[in-house]
Amino acid sequence: MTERPLPLFPEPDTEPFWAATADHRLTYQVCSHCGQVVFHPRRHCPGCTHGEPEWRDSAGRGTVYTFTVIRQHGQPFFAGRIPYVVGMIDLDEGFRMLAEIDADPDAVHVNQRVAVAWEDHPDLSVPVFRPE
Amino acid sequence: MAAPAAAIAGIHEFPKRSVGGLSALQIKAECAARALEDAGLGWGDVDAIYDASEAGRISGFTIAEYLGITPRVVDTTSVGGSSYEFHAAHAAAAIAQGKANVALLTYGSTAHSQRRAIGTGGRAAPDPQPAGNMERPYGLTLVGNYALVARRHMAEHGTTPEQLAEIAVTTRRHAMRNPQAVEGLADIGIRDIREITVDDVLGSRLIADPLHLLECCIVSDGGGAVVIVSSAVAAGIPGRPAWILGTGEALGYPAGGADLTTTAAVRSGREAFGQAGVRPEEIDIAMIYDSFTITVLAILEDLGFAKKGEGGPFAAGGRLAFDQPGGPALNTDGGGLSSNHPGMRGIFLLIEATRQLRGEATAQVPGARLAVAHGNGGQLGTRHAAGTIILGRG
Repeated sequence: MTERPLPLFPEPDTEPFWAATADHRLTYQVCSHCGQVVFHPRRHCPGCTHGEPEWRDSAGRGTVYTFTVIRQHGQPFFAGRIPYVVGMIDLDEGFRMLAEIDADPDAVHVNQRVAVAWEDHPDLSVPVFRPE
Repeated sequence: MAAPAAAIAGIHEFPKRSVGGLSALQIKAECAARALEDAGLGWGDVDAIYDASEAGRISGFTIAEYLGITPRVVDTTSVGGSSYEFHAAHAAAAIAQGKANVALLTYGSTAHSQRRAIGTGGRAAPDPQPAGNMERPYGLTLVGNYALVARRHMAEHGTTPEQLAEIAVTTRRHAMRNPQAVEGLADIGIRDIREITVDDVLGSRLIADPLHLLECCIVSDGGGAVVIVSSAVAAGIPGRPAWILGTGEALGYPAGGADLTTTAAVRSGREAFGQAGVRPEEIDIAMIYDSFTITVLAILEDLGFAKKGEGGPFAAGGRLAFDQPGGPALNTDGGGLSSNHPGMRGIFLLIEATRQLRGEATAQVPGARLAVAHGNGGQLGTRHAAGTIILGRG
């Protein structure tokens, strides 16, 4: 049994995000100066040149913007999981993230409401989404 | 519009899709020599080199030495499959500025021989990157990335699988007229080589819903070269030049609440068509990067051939075939779907557009005067590049 590929470190922009997942917290950023929602995580604000993105906790609820069902993959872990669903989730706080949607592929649809769930690993947890 | 400063004067597409032991660099050099011959020029005439580093890292150090040229301009812009449209834009600008007279673009790849599964993953771990770290755990393939766009296009605009399939049907029809494409399909192991129907496309297996196998480009070996020259050089060569009338380049990273069905082609196309003083309905030949059917459908809309959301009906009914009225002829060489896709197809868009404007294509549109070559690089669902080149017959 091969393991799920995980984020690679050191990578200072995304390390705080992944550290928070160990506590089952889904985090995003908001600029302290202009209020722009920032995702993926960054040290600088892409909306203005003054601000610093501050970390916030998301409620982990959102809507499926789009999705696909992966039916062929060359990497052993994913090859063992097909078919599985990957989608873009529009979180209620205003950011969009790519994630696995842990559901029967035939039961997933665009604009579906989903909520975060967690797949635990030794030092972090991988957020996935399930239909509400 | 001012008189164009630069034209494509030499082209060559490597004729095989399975190269039998040649290296990518060897393919590039052979194509460069043939393209220079096609333009009536030699190595010593080249003063600008463009390279996407697909055959070796940081190729700015090495490519000129390998080819044996002494450039005044070096440009290693690398934006995936659209690199060659960016290169053509930059070459036209350098020539217009008087910095160069003869620009050489080359491409070579042995993706098929190396059995690179470009669309379905399994690559070695990359260096840590912020965006990559947010996506790596989820196993999204390249095909899946484009499938995200297709699914949203269907949900938002009512686009149907049948409409997307028509694009693959049209490009296969064009490929069947191209002997190198037919031979190439056989050489890379494709059986039952013939024209296909919408039912054939929808009956092929799903790779990443809603995209089927026959909606995905092939994986071939191959390469090509393009020689772009100043108007002064063009005046002294025997062949008919394809003038560069307009160029545009743009990047797209549809994060936040952006509309995934609208690509960076909106911006690159507006720039290129505006500079050329040309409208989409005047275009005879549309060479649009067909990595997948959805790539073409979205870009046809974004370049202005159809309104956003109406690309499906526009692609239906065979309108994009070389012998049908009502729309441009699409990917008349057979495209990446059915002729040649070694990983970064952009150079072939320039080559086939030039063939059409010379009257030398295998699915020739009689009297073709205007062509657009639009390269799409990267991954349409997450981050991509768009390069648009408008070409006119000399």
